[in-house]
Amino acid sequence: MPIVSSGAKGETALLMGNDAIARGALEAGVRVVAGYPGTPSSEIIQTLAGVASDHGLYVEWSVNEKVGLEVAAAGSFAELRSMAVMKQVGVNVASDFLLHLAECGTRAGLVLITCEDPGGLSSTNEGDSRHYAKMMEFPLVEPGDFQEAKDMAAWSFELSEKMRNVVMFRSVTRMSHASGNVVLGGITPGPSEARFQFDGDFMDQIGGPVVTFPGMVDAMHNRQLEKLAIAREIFETSPFNTYTGPDQPELLIITSSAASLYSREALALLELEERVGLLKLGTTWPLPPRLLAKHLKASEKIIIVEEGLPFLEDNVKALWTELGPEAGTKQFFGRKDGPLPPTNELNPDRVARGLAEILGMPSPVPDAAYGERAGELAKSRAPFRAMTFCPGCPHRASYWLMNWALKKDNRKGFVCGDIGCYTMGAISCGFNTLKTSHAMGSGTGVASGFGKFSRFGFDQPVMTVCGDSTFFHAVMPALVNAVHNQANIILVVMDNSGTAMTGFQPHPGTLSSAGGGALPALDIARICQAMDTKVVIADPFEMEATGEILLDLLDDEGGGVKVLILRQACALSPGKKGKRLFDMTVNEKTCMAEDCGCNRLCTRVFGCPGLIWDPETKTTRIDEVICVGCGVCASICPPGAISKKEVA
Amino acid sequence: MTAPQLPIDPYNLIITGVGGQGNVLASRLLGRMLVAQDYHITIGETFGASQRGGSVMSHLRISTRSAWSPQIPHGGAHMVLAIEPSEAFRVLAVYGNPEVQVIWNTRPIHPVSVITGQAVYPSLEEIARGLTELSARNWPLEATARAQRMGNPILGNIMMVGALSAISELPLGFEIFERAIGGMMSPDKVPVNLETFSWGRAALA
Repeated sequence: MPIVSSGAKGETALLMGNDAIARGALEAGVRVVAGYPGTPSSEIIQTLAGVASDHGLYVEWSVNEKVGLEVAAAGSFAELRSMAVMKQVGVNVASDFLLHLAECGTRAGLVLITCEDPGGLSSTNEGDSRHYAKMMEFPLVEPGDFQEAKDMAAWSFELSEKMRNVVMFRSVTRMSHASGNVVLGGITPGPSEARFQFDGDFMDQIGGPVVTFPGMVDAMHNRQLEKLAIAREIFETSPFNTYTGPDQPELLIITSSAASLYSREALALLELEERVGLLKLGTTWPLPPRLLAKHLKASEKIIIVEEGLPFLEDNVKALWTELGPEAGTKQFFGRKDGPLPPTNELNPDRVARGLAEILGMPSPVPDAAYGERAGELAKSRAPFRAMTFCPGCPHRASYWLMNWALKKDNRKGFVCGDIGCYTMGAISCGFNTLKTSHAMGSGTGVASGFGKFSRFGFDQPVMTVCGDSTFFHAVMPALVNAVHNQANIILVVMDNSGTAMTGFQPHPGTLSSAGGGALPALDIARICQAMDTKVVIADPFEMEATGEILLDLLDDEGGGVKVLILRQACALSPGKKGKRLFDMTVNEKTCMAEDCGCNRLCTRVFGCPGLIWDPETKTTRIDEVICVGCGVCASICPPGAISKKEVA
Repeated sequence: MTAPQLPIDPYNLIITGVGGQGNVLASRLLGRMLVAQDYHITIGETFGASQRGGSVMSHLRISTRSAWSPQIPHGGAHMVLAIEPSEAFRVLAVYGNPEVQVIWNTRPIHPVSVITGQAVYPSLEEIARGLTELSARNWPLEATARAQRMGNPILGNIMMVGALSAISELPLGFEIFERAIGGMMSPDKVPVNLETFSWGRAALA
């Protein structure tokens, strides 16, 4: 059993932030956990799913984040402590429900965990969901270290129950995917009997129906503001808001989340602990005005150090204007007008440079001559390492085929796509095949638009791709739209049998639950057939046959939506990992390489990392350490120099 | 019980490599070995999209006092374990300094830019020369080659940890390794890991 589950009270464990959050929820007696995977949030549900039966939890990977939050809300309404978990973009998906949820409130503690990705380390954006807390008027908390990640996760359930509304708990990559020492608390099982009471009147928070309704908007909105006021009062004395530094600091840092760790480090680098104050806020919306006023009065210079948009910065400035003349004249610094960068994640160096600039000190520059020489050597010794599909990835074969078919078709056809490993279809490892990519499922929605433009003289073939998990998450409504409106598109479902990018979580098309138990799988092909679309199923590793199918679909004059399901499991899937399908060999004599013919098609264009180009022998070699033996390179090698032999 | 003092506090260690080489496991293993001795450990990791053939880096901060930033300040590394040799240079360009020490695996994983012919992978001699110039001490280790002979190239990471235990100022003895690995792996996998660790430890002892 993992330490998250088995660790005793008082024990010190090295926990990843996400595991600390999971442990905090267990300590608080959480019963219902739901969400959709997304880096850097996925480990929270994964960990809790693994211990669900030991602790009597219901844990599910929901079809998308909105449904995940709805399932968790049902838990709260049924008087069970509940939690929804997602990454920043998931909050956008859940936001329609979230607005209504915050208006009508909750019963047992309900915590919305959002793990965000400043700098877009594993995301396509720098979305900052904290604004939802302000816009939709519910409290927001942000842990400043790993111990707080656990403690504040547990406390958030209590806070939610004290005011009967959802609490947003925001983490970032450098908290969720970083690890640190955590002293464990005891696990207190929460109530486990579910019941939904509805006999009271509409405004009865505990015993009435949970309904938002036109005639009650004003009353409910007022009640919601009262809840926010309760949270604000609790935040005034919260132990998660801490101050270290002199009574009258030359400069006051107001910070939260991982940025508080960078701030501490920057102060140590510049030896400023005696001169600069550090106010670390764990409760970032609504701001506690008395606490802020006390610290704002003590310093004329204030810098707000936070991860994401200038959320805290704007709110502190607004609070300062509300305080009036008694707060005194201030000089504010932060990400808005510098000296901190307005984009990208922070780090100790960026913060230290900012502090040094404000205080007129020299920046802490590491050995400049060394840095220059090391940079120079890195240019020649560390060749650029672009992201790429793994060896044996079915997406490389699928994009190879789509790219080939569209070129052969020669009408400037293109592919719309969205979020998954397959987003890399936009770069060279996917042969630059993908030409639009936005949110989950938006490839099909955007294609649905392009597919209607023949009346404007548009004659380019339109294809769209999605993964199997994405199909259920957000493609289905877009597909309905395309079918109903008779858009001319080809949807290619790249079915690799799981939510591969985030660690192979199950989805409604797979046979298992979050905890591994059996569930019925929904069949994508039958769903599409029920929409009266033409459906073809093929294997991307059967290169020749699948290529012909793609050409046929492009040639089909029939119009409307056609669906091609390309089935081949992810190379990292539990069923495939570590198993080699074929032993690959290269015949050095027939490998023509540079000298004639193929001009290194397999290494120069196909570019699988499992291949090595040997400039001395001028032939291709197989890298036996990372080749997984999918056999695809044998299919594309023009002279047939690469051969595959089934592993006995 | 308090942890033994460190020569430098916080002690900053970077493990670098390519997705799939077992970086994250190595950093968590070291973290467990040190937390068991009451050190405060902070580990910052970059994984997710970057593991798709990209560079992967773990930052370990080891302290007797407190948690530190999960990102090491620039120029602040004391020790670099490079499971992929060219990655050592990428790390040193940002986190290196004249006092840094480097243990590096001699087995390259070619990036796509090299496979496609847009870039050239340096020779091992060039790598050795460069690392000698950029570090106070460096130790090449045939970790992957040896691990392949032991049946699984992934064991290269454990070999690197074994090597680190032989030369580092950090307390990383065999018994401490044995206890930590026992908590991370199924019993059938423990013996080969113990053997691998010992080989790495003997290689630099």
